[in-house]
Amino acid sequence: MHDPVDPDVSLAVPQQRRELRDRPGTVLGVIALGGASGALARYTVGALLPHQAGQWAWSTLLINVSGCLAIGVLMALIEHVWPRQRLLRPFLGVGVLGGYTTFSTATLDVVQLVDAHRPAPALLYLGGTALAALAAVALGSLATTALLTRPAAEGELS
Amino acid sequence: MTVLLVALGAAVGAPARYLLDRAVQARHGSRFPWGTLTVNVLGCFLLGLLTALPAPSLLASLLGTGFCGALTTYSTFSYETWKLVRSGSWLPAVSNMVVSLVAGLGAAYVGIVFAGAWLFR
Repeated sequence: MHDPVDPDVSLAVPQQRRELRDRPGTVLGVIALGGASGALARYTVGALLPHQAGQWAWSTLLINVSGCLAIGVLMALIEHVWPRQRLLRPFLGVGVLGGYTTFSTATLDVVQLVDAHRPAPALLYLGGTALAALAAVALGSLATTALLTRPAAEGELS
Repeated sequence: MTVLLVALGAAVGAPARYLLDRAVQARHGSRFPWGTLTVNVLGCFLLGLLTALPAPSLLASLLGTGFCGALTTYSTFSYETWKLVRSGSWLPAVSNMVVSLVAGLGAAYVGIVFAGAWLFR
């Protein structure tokens, strides 16, 4: 019924439901550490690609789309290669990528475009980010899964 | 100093997202990602409030870039939407996108209005 893994947490998965009770300090610690690292990466991209309020925010768009590509790759790797690495999802999925990508800044970018009387770019940015992010997750997930689960080539068999 | 405050805010925001997501999921057994929706909408409200207040830039780094940035997530939001698409749950997938985007925008404006009401009280 449910998928084995969720980037943040899925209480439907016994291993994830138990993780906080079993090792609360470790789990919350790696999430905090990952979140801080991800946020610093986001801050760095923002500093390298600055924009004024009311301008098209390339930095936020790039951060969110690249973070979504990465979560697609990461979750496929966790599912197929490292299902037993219990701190990988909390650290990289919840922490690093959750801290790197941001829904709130993307939303405020839209508000500021509207405030600057640019409704068309605002709508394009809102829908464009969501669709590009979804496409990036799909690409990362499908490409990684295809690479990991492809039948061994003839040369590799012998 | 700014870098430290961003890291500190995020070190609180990311675990807060994890704990809130768990708390919401514990109350809703459904497959719809209510937990992520909750943290994202809450984060938009807080960031709206913060940007509309005359906050010093160090406080904006700590609470805005750090805490709100890490409390909210685009990667989990998109991944959960993708999972719904993959399982053929098109209506929940489209609903998740539309509701998240509209509620996020609404919450940001509510935050801005709250800030205005507080400033001119």
